[in-house]
Amino acid sequence: MSTDGFEPRIIGFLCRWCSYNGADLAGTSRMKYPPNMVPIKTNCSGRVDPTHIMKALSEGADGVLIAGCHPGDCHYINGNYRTAGRYPMTELLLEQLGLEPGRVRLEWISAAEGDKFAKTVTEFTEQIRALGPLGWNTMLDAEEAKSA
Amino acid sequence: MSKAKFAMYWAAACGGCSIAVLEIKEKVLEFAEHFDIVFWPVATDFKYKDVEGYEDGFIDLCLFNGAVRNSENEYVAKLLRQKSKVMVAFGACATMGGIPGLANISTAQEIKDLVYTQEPSLDNPDKVYPQETLTVPEGELELPKLYDTVKTLAQTVDVDYFIPGCAPEAHQIWAVLEVVMAALEGKGELPPKGSILGVAPKTCCDECKRVKEEKKVSGFRRIWEFIPDPEQCLLEQGVVCVGPATRAGCGARCTSVGMTCRGCYGPPEGVIDQGAKMLSTLASIIDAPTPEQIAEIAATMPDPLGTFYRFSLPSSMLRRARI
Repeated sequence: MSTDGFEPRIIGFLCRWCSYNGADLAGTSRMKYPPNMVPIKTNCSGRVDPTHIMKALSEGADGVLIAGCHPGDCHYINGNYRTAGRYPMTELLLEQLGLEPGRVRLEWISAAEGDKFAKTVTEFTEQIRALGPLGWNTMLDAEEAKSA
Repeated sequence: MSKAKFAMYWAAACGGCSIAVLEIKEKVLEFAEHFDIVFWPVATDFKYKDVEGYEDGFIDLCLFNGAVRNSENEYVAKLLRQKSKVMVAFGACATMGGIPGLANISTAQEIKDLVYTQEPSLDNPDKVYPQETLTVPEGELELPKLYDTVKTLAQTVDVDYFIPGCAPEAHQIWAVLEVVMAALEGKGELPPKGSILGVAPKTCCDECKRVKEEKKVSGFRRIWEFIPDPEQCLLEQGVVCVGPATRAGCGARCTSVGMTCRGCYGPPEGVIDQGAKMLSTLASIIDAPTPEQIAEIAATMPDPLGTFYRFSLPSSMLRRARI
């Protein structure tokens, strides 16, 4: 796949209590960050099932960001503790499937951290740009064509 | 009265499914009163050309077991679909890819390299590989082409029903056969197309008799590392049991004899990706005071892919490793 003019497609799962408000703050504060991330508001980072991450990756996302409240700040007391456990295990699994480490990222971003949100999205976009396109859907389509 | 026509085929599978059908024991006589076997390589001597000669829809019931991983599997899957009124994906391999589906972490070439040149017990100094075609004086011989990606039956042809399990339990097989036999004789109706048959609602845990208390684990153990308590939930003892992400139907036979559920009945109702759901479950019950410690424990999970997707990699969302 050609990487010329590659623009990363990133899906961001943002918890509605902290990180989504952090994104709002970045916006209302007129902070600049790349437009490559499509935000999806979730009730909690603990609501982000690995199924969601895999659906995004299998349908053409190049990277996935999960952002939630800092530990101790979860609106649901311990939802983000679950995220803390799922993330490294998902990373292990994705590595076994041949994904480079760094395609999926977890960050704790509070409602007051608009700057951290903008910085995270900027960094992550550049990181994915350096990794290049993932093209999982293209690969599956090619496999489909091989034995049709 | 002419009997209904029955076929069974064995693609990428171990053969256990064919044996599982015989596990209906003396009911096989009742089965024989209703069906004529017109193709079943394990039991009868029909050839592909016999099937090719049947009219379309000639076979009333076809139980297709095994995944589709080479050109021969694919050809026969398409042939049997064309010749069968009711096509059933029978067993874990046909429904989800099964154990052969784990080959999706490699390519066909990687598998051949390992099998024909890298295994330590091999003696193959000239690096001879099997060829797909060979010309001999009598003509050209062919071997099926091994594909990079193992597929489920439904990813290959239109499937009417699914009977999961490795292998499906005999009482479940019989229950399905009874429904089909009644329907074929006009005494009942077939279930809606696409139904998953021979299963129970809820999950394996629902059928498991072990005592379940609070699910909290502080690390993962494998079953041979200790002697598990015979009464307590295996997952609560830190052994990765895939029961919570597995459909009920088997009667929890594995856990009743001290072995973890490996997930052969596939994901329960409403779950798309069995492995992702099990990962989610397991990571959520890690018991440690800080997120850092939870993450540390989570990262010690040995072989998440092989454990969570033991039977379901080809039917999962990502389907295979990256090529």
